Amino acid sequence: MGVVTFPGSLDDRDARRAITLAGHTAVALWHKDHDLQSVDAVVLPGGFSYGDYLRCGAIAAKSPIVGDIVEAIGKGLPVLGICNGFQILMEAGVLPGGLIRNDHGQFICRDQELIVENTATRWTAGFDQGQRITIPLKNGEGGYIADDETLARVENEGLVAFRYAKVNPNGSLHDIAGLTNPTGTVVGLMPHPEHAVEPGFGPDTDLAMRSGEDGLTFFTSLALEAVLR
Amino acid sequence: MAVIIIEVMPKKELLDPAGKAVHHALQRDGIDSFTDVRIGKRFELAVDGDVTDAHLEHAKTLADELLSNGVIEDVIDIRIGDVS
Repeated sequence: MGVVTFPGSLDDRDARRAITLAGHTAVALWHKDHDLQSVDAVVLPGGFSYGDYLRCGAIAAKSPIVGDIVEAIGKGLPVLGICNGFQILMEAGVLPGGLIRNDHGQFICRDQELIVENTATRWTAGFDQGQRITIPLKNGEGGYIADDETLARVENEGLVAFRYAKVNPNGSLHDIAGLTNPTGTVVGLMPHPEHAVEPGFGPDTDLAMRSGEDGLTFFTSLALEAVLR
Repeated sequence: MAVIIIEVMPKKELLDPAGKAVHHALQRDGIDSFTDVRIGKRFELAVDGDVTDAHLEHAKTLADELLSNGVIEDVIDIRIGDVS
């Protein structure tokens, strides 16, 4: 499973670590290359690619490797976009809508409860419909917006993958935290599953401090493993 | 040197948290004569010699496809300017 590093990526190593903990082989991909190294799935990690200049994810969306990834998505390549990766997928036109600065104007960092809204995707098939999970959220520009028509389509076609539970941390319309594409191969979300994959380093749970590992399920679903060699 | 100036603003109907923060700062300072603040972007594309129709046409395409995101922003103006 490939993880792309852009200048300004922060969580590429964490994503590779999560993939390894899930029992898969992590492959480092480079933004300037036209080489997906025959990976079976790709993670676009969090961070501030190209300094978030122009708009978050906008320059990364025009990078050589993302052009190749968008083409491969058309052929069914599973892609998970986390935080900045979600922004890149939107700027590349893979997922509908946009992400703007949090409505309260501040960067936010918290363990965020989410509701799993769609389990018919490569990345969410390991969850139960309506399941509550908790993974870290940390961003300045995570407010999901779309025009009324797009929002209606996203809802009617079941493209909402995750919704914020209890608290809407950034003013996202319809509490949308993550989306999928119509075929369920691509998932993008603002919160960070790769930071909740190992006891001792995840969010607090009722059982013990930092024991949360809900994020691991993103990388271990049978629907995902079916496409990994 | 001639430049093409492109101005991009967040869509009117959307919240502009950066502009709102500045507006709040003004109000806190007792400045109440301005009812709103919105923050946008200005791009200057420089060319050698004069700006041609082809330059303008290309800039227009770029403005729509790269320099702005139609989901959240509007291109307000594209014009020729001088920078000395």
